[in-house]
Amino acid sequence: MDLAVVVVIQILYAVASLALISIGLAIIFGMMGVINFAHGEFLMMGGYAFILSYNAGVNFWIAMLVVAPVTIAVIGVVVERLIIRHLYGRVIETVLATWGLSLFLIGLAATVLGYHQKGVNPPFGTIRIGAYQEGGYTFFVIFVTLALMAALYVGFKYTRWGLIARGTMQNAQMASGIGVNVDRVYATTFGIGAALSGLAGAILAPIAGVLPEIGVTYVVKAFITVIGGGAVALAGTGAASSLFGAVSQAVTFLSRPVVGEVALLVVAIVLLRLLPLGITGRYFRRGL
Amino acid sequence: MTVKRRSFIKTSAAGAAALAAGPYFWPKGASAADTVKGGAIYDLSGDLQLFGKNQWACAEMAIDEINAAGGVLGKKLEVKTYDSQSQMQAYNQYARQMVLRDKVAVVQGGLTSSSREVIRQILHKLKTLYFYNTNYEGGVCDRNFFATGATPGGYVDLLSGEAMKRWGKKVYIMAADYNYGQITAKWIQKAVKDAGGKVVGEEFFPLTVNQFGPTISKIQAAKPDFVMNVFVGPAHASFYGQWASAGMNKKIPMVSTTFGAAGEVVRMPPEIADGILTCYSYYEDLDIPFNKKWLAEFRKRNGTDYGYLTDVPPKDWYGWIFWAKAVNEAGTTKREKVIEVLEGGLTVDGPGGPLTMDAKTHHCTMDMYIGQAKGGKFEIQKKVAQVPPTNTGNQCDLIARPDTNVMYEPKI
Repeated sequence: MDLAVVVVIQILYAVASLALISIGLAIIFGMMGVINFAHGEFLMMGGYAFILSYNAGVNFWIAMLVVAPVTIAVIGVVVERLIIRHLYGRVIETVLATWGLSLFLIGLAATVLGYHQKGVNPPFGTIRIGAYQEGGYTFFVIFVTLALMAALYVGFKYTRWGLIARGTMQNAQMASGIGVNVDRVYATTFGIGAALSGLAGAILAPIAGVLPEIGVTYVVKAFITVIGGGAVALAGTGAASSLFGAVSQAVTFLSRPVVGEVALLVVAIVLLRLLPLGITGRYFRRGL
Repeated sequence: MTVKRRSFIKTSAAGAAALAAGPYFWPKGASAADTVKGGAIYDLSGDLQLFGKNQWACAEMAIDEINAAGGVLGKKLEVKTYDSQSQMQAYNQYARQMVLRDKVAVVQGGLTSSSREVIRQILHKLKTLYFYNTNYEGGVCDRNFFATGATPGGYVDLLSGEAMKRWGKKVYIMAADYNYGQITAKWIQKAVKDAGGKVVGEEFFPLTVNQFGPTISKIQAAKPDFVMNVFVGPAHASFYGQWASAGMNKKIPMVSTTFGAAGEVVRMPPEIADGILTCYSYYEDLDIPFNKKWLAEFRKRNGTDYGYLTDVPPKDWYGWIFWAKAVNEAGTTKREKVIEVLEGGLTVDGPGGPLTMDAKTHHCTMDMYIGQAKGGKFEIQKKVAQVPPTNTGNQCDLIARPDTNVMYEPKI
């Protein structure tokens, strides 16, 4: 019985962490059609922003929930203005440019910040479940991800800004024609995507550590999730991370970690064979 | 705007091709008649620079020391350094270049087993001495090859033995899912069984796995007396935070064959790292006069922002000193003569204590230490003097069979 509870918690955690690392990428991809290969490095920089400000004396929660996303949002807007905006609609060029950016950011982090920044101990105690014990941080990650998805849903669905953003993404020329500053909407959306990546990197920093190359360990799974989810950012990320997270974690429990990884990839391949545009290519098309 | 799957795949492929092509680096050439040439190849950039930079820092220090003491055969030792960018094809290219263009008398360097196997075969064929100075899974038996690093045949017994003495006989093994992890796990299995212990669980992790929740639950169910890991890379380093978050670091002792090799003890907060038990042939905290002087010099040259040195980087210092000493004793850089001197039981004293080259295996006998992480460094708790290299299980004998060129795996 207690094992069943532990398995359920672990599956929820796997889904939540997958959604968390993917959501920033999904918004930038789904709303703007930009494939950001430097996504992993946004996560990495979020982690660094968190541990550096925390070690400099900033309050733990402010460092994690405010400093990290705001810092990466600023970096995101700068990147959008300097690089991305010249390349809208040119997918290959965007991929190459952001890939270059990714390599540059890894090199910069390795040179400037180095490998030996002190990490942060995960807060909260542990929770006993029968013969098992689970870190309180696991529940925190699940909770924050749910809250984040809800906030994004409300933000895009019910605010004036959300309406303008959605309208711009649907038809930029029309939006421009009725007086929307399209440039600003793009920059803001990219900034929000970057902020979410930075936040995710900060939240995972205590349990994943921060190194210049840490982004590489996230980016593949984030891409699979986003492509599997399709162009509708929120619903797609939610659906794809639920599917992939649950399958890989359940299989890992039943067999071995390597089989869990394989299961995730097999499910992704089958899914894309059946639904080439991702889950939201067929279902939840009118979602967010 | 939507992006079609096919166009995305095409795009990704284009990106991958661009990465594979890579940047091209041509080192500065300089040659003088009155020098002896050596070649060094380290991962100075890319994913492995964390190791490569410290390795080269130690190698450079040795080279400067050699030259300050009169050089090699009375000439200046001039070492050409190549940056592999952590890429295997660069090893291939530069190894040939060092021999054919630079005409070096010796090549030293490399970190991963894959890089070693790339250049070892090339240098074997081109008859140029190769020193590999990393602790690795062991087993290479090749007359052209000399290893100064520790191998699991030496330290796994010590480490698992010490842990079993302290905590009990039930062991859970976690290891990286490739050559080094698999072979080291075999050594652990053997060591635990030989000592009357029991392996209650064994799991292998691809290098990309960074979620350990299910495994932590499985360990809780298996209730081992301690966990022994062979983790490799940044993804696996995520384990320690998750282990501590679940409160397990206060319940089940952790033993590691790799923790500390990448400066983890400096990077991870003591709440996570304290108590992890390791076994290396070098720690900064060794209380040896040679080490105090050596480390002071290292810090003078490199500052303090390099992490924490354990086994790997100082062995590159030993490697160069070994070779220079052998050449000076042989009176020539000719390969055969140098091998003969090295096989004559050559000993080099250094920061971790004396290393002696074993003639049969071309691996080293060395002092090993047990160190436990505590407050951002290691507390040295035990010394085992002069551990012989048993990593081929006595299968390798280069004196009796000098033509051997194989990599033995432990027979267990």
